[in-house]
Amino acid sequence: MPEWLKLMVESLPPLLYAGLVFTVPLTLLSFACGLSLGFVTALVRLYGPKPLADGFRFYVWLIRGTPLLVQLFLIFYGLPKAGIVFDPLPAAVIGFSLNVGAYTSEVIRAALLAVPRGQWEAAYSIGLTWAQAMRRTILPQASRVAVPPLANTFISLIKDTSLAAVLTVPEIFQAAQRIASVTYEPLILYTETALIYLAFSSVLSAGQQKLEARFGQHLHQAQETK
Amino acid sequence: MIQLHNIDKHFGSQHVLKDVSLQVAPGQVTALIGPSGSGKSTLLRCINLLETPSAGQITLGDASLQFGHDHAQPGRQDIHRLRLQTGMVFQNFQLFPHRTALENVMEGLLVVKKWPRAQAEARARELLQQVGMAHKADAWPGTLSGGQQQRVAIARALAQSPGLLLCDEPTSALDPELASEVVAVLRDLAANKMTMLIATHDLRLAATLADTVVFLEDGRIVEQGSSRQLFLQPQNPRTASYVSTLKEGLPEDW
Ligand SMILES: Nc1ncnc2c1ncn2[C@@H]1O[C@H](COP(=O)(O)OP(=O)(O)OP(=O)(O)O)[C@@H](O)[C@H]1O
Ligand SMILES: [Mg+2]
Repeated sequence: MPEWLKLMVESLPPLLYAGLVFTVPLTLLSFACGLSLGFVTALVRLYGPKPLADGFRFYVWLIRGTPLLVQLFLIFYGLPKAGIVFDPLPAAVIGFSLNVGAYTSEVIRAALLAVPRGQWEAAYSIGLTWAQAMRRTILPQASRVAVPPLANTFISLIKDTSLAAVLTVPEIFQAAQRIASVTYEPLILYTETALIYLAFSSVLSAGQQKLEARFGQHLHQAQETK
Repeated sequence: MIQLHNIDKHFGSQHVLKDVSLQVAPGQVTALIGPSGSGKSTLLRCINLLETPSAGQITLGDASLQFGHDHAQPGRQDIHRLRLQTGMVFQNFQLFPHRTALENVMEGLLVVKKWPRAQAEARARELLQQVGMAHKADAWPGTLSGGQQQRVAIARALAQSPGLLLCDEPTSALDPELASEVVAVLRDLAANKMTMLIATHDLRLAATLADTVVFLEDGRIVEQGSSRQLFLQPQNPRTASYVSTLKEGLPEDW
């Protein structure tokens, strides 16, 4: 076995460990929190009272207009000066969630608006309440529109979690840095790291296609019979 | 008994319905005709409260609601109760595209009436049968013709046995052939004494289906009467001139 391959094989377990124990949970948790936040933000901005909607609009503006790395530094290194101290992992989850929330809220808002007004009226006309109409009539149709851009956000997030390395979270990229610094083989280690990220996001893209197929059942069938 | 008392509707500064009072006798078909923008759709939408009237009173069966400054805003429960007395058929069908024809008809029974699935399905199949769409129960709306979609939409509107069926230009998005299959369904309902209020530009539909025709112009009821009377001997010159522009649409034996 050539030296480089040997190094790759040897460093695979610690890298995968860092990925499965830190990167994946960090990604899933941040996405779940961020998506919920994005959904609430979208709902408030569309249907909430004006002052509250303005507050959420300010939040989206703030997050989208500043670099993620700066936000993470602010939360982890800055806030302790104001007496607010987070451990590295919670700091990362908060930073990523706020970020995901801001971006997905725009996606969800647009998707909800893309459903024709007549669908609301049809739902109301058979006696559905606002919440029932939202859940059973509007959301399924909006989901179809939202899944591709949301999957984009998700895949970006997997890669962005490498920024958590600067908050001392021992995720994949930090593990790679650590190994590279003792083996003096950055080319090999970072190539391997890139491949691992690639594998993770490829698996997720496959998941995206499944989701799209699910929410678009009626569209596929419609095309087939035409 | 379906009664509208002194209904007013404003959109901002625009006065769209002006003191509209109307009675619809049970088992009768009433056609609402009038030029574009006269307020036909708005009137129908006020009856099932997709729009809230600015003033007036709506009575449907034993549910009655009052609107206006002197009255408390009707609560959600009241609106819900009144709305369930009506079914609505839209010009462009508005079937739920992510549900099959059968599921569209079942939706209200499952969610609003909380019927068990099997019972809701049986009722929905029966309704699809009635509108001649039983063979397409499992089809997605996107695969159906306009006429077929509208027939499913009628079945959906009838699912919860409303006392009044509101139809807003049910055939105007359809070519004549498809329109006639929808008219056939409506005629069938009329024969079964379904109470209907139909807004339409189609005088043929109004003439052949309606017991009473109401001519609305600029938010006001100008004239109403039996369809024969309104089309053949209109009392008001405005009615006469509107009707005359559409006379070509009438059946030959008129
Ligand atoms: N949501 C709304 N906001 C503001 N104005 C409205 C609204 N809905 C209707 N209008 C106005 O009210 C008037 C009556 O409209 P409506 O749709 O009831 O007429 P209609 O008789 O159904 O016309 P058509 O035959 O073209 O369907 C029109 O001037 C329209 O512009
Ligand atoms: Mg109209």
